[in-house]
Amino acid sequence: MSTALRLLAALVAGLVFGLGLALSGMLDPARVRGFLDVAGAWDPSLIFVLGGAVTISGLGYRLCRRRSGPVLETRFDLPIRRRVDAPLVAGAALFGIGWGLSGFCPGPAVAALSTGATPVLVFVAAMLAGMALHDFGRRAVERGPTGLPPPVPRG
Amino acid sequence: MGIFLPALAGGVLIGLSATLFLLLNGRIAGISGLVAGIGRPGERRRVDAAFLFGLILGPPVFALLAGHWPPMRIEAGLPILALAGLLVGFGTRLGSGCTSGHGVCGLARLSPRSIVAVLVFLATGMLTVAAVRGLA
Repeated sequence: MSTALRLLAALVAGLVFGLGLALSGMLDPARVRGFLDVAGAWDPSLIFVLGGAVTISGLGYRLCRRRSGPVLETRFDLPIRRRVDAPLVAGAALFGIGWGLSGFCPGPAVAALSTGATPVLVFVAAMLAGMALHDFGRRAVERGPTGLPPPVPRG
Repeated sequence: MGIFLPALAGGVLIGLSATLFLLLNGRIAGISGLVAGIGRPGERRRVDAAFLFGLILGPPVFALLAGHWPPMRIEAGLPILALAGLLVGFGTRLGSGCTSGHGVCGLARLSPRSIVAVLVFLATGMLTVAAVRGLA
């Protein structure tokens, strides 16, 4: 029963997210690129998407912090890392380049799968390949050339 | 109003979704993390998959309610889309998030990592669009 409720809650949250993307204009890659085109014919309207989303999400986060846990699970699952490091900056930089080239970020690209359009399928397939490449590379680096676990870093 | 009000209303829905997912499931609505999550073993992948399934239902349900599909004008050709997809996939894994995880959820939590990530991907996204227009 509770598993069914958890899945239903996730489904509804995903649907509301997809409706929000569709209503906001974020599903239109040409419009997203217009938003990023600050040196050209800049379309600032998508700032309102981020503004509305962050405001409501911020209020929601404050509401959740007053609770000891979520409604359907035992505990909140939040990122614990605080340090700004090189992988964060490099990853965000690469993501921004791909975002600017295509006008797609992961949310709109996944939602647009519903159209079955070939360009969307190509983008999402390449995105999955990029994720797999990263995860494969990180496992290889962690294993190291000897196949032994990495040494514990000092300092 | 024109395009600004739907943008704001859409943003409010996205914020509500992030709140629902955190309040009910205790999770961050970061789409790149959820996509990566369905490749991992365990019970969580079913929750991730359910969210993503709902996300895919978004545009057709919008079309039912609004009477038309949302506009989706894809300008880039297939080779550029493939390159962009690789960069987005690799970059969001290396950088631990995308527009939703860092942008919507991370900024709402005032996470320093997310604030930096958003500034960096906005900057490289803007530079890329400017560079592509310069070359075209």
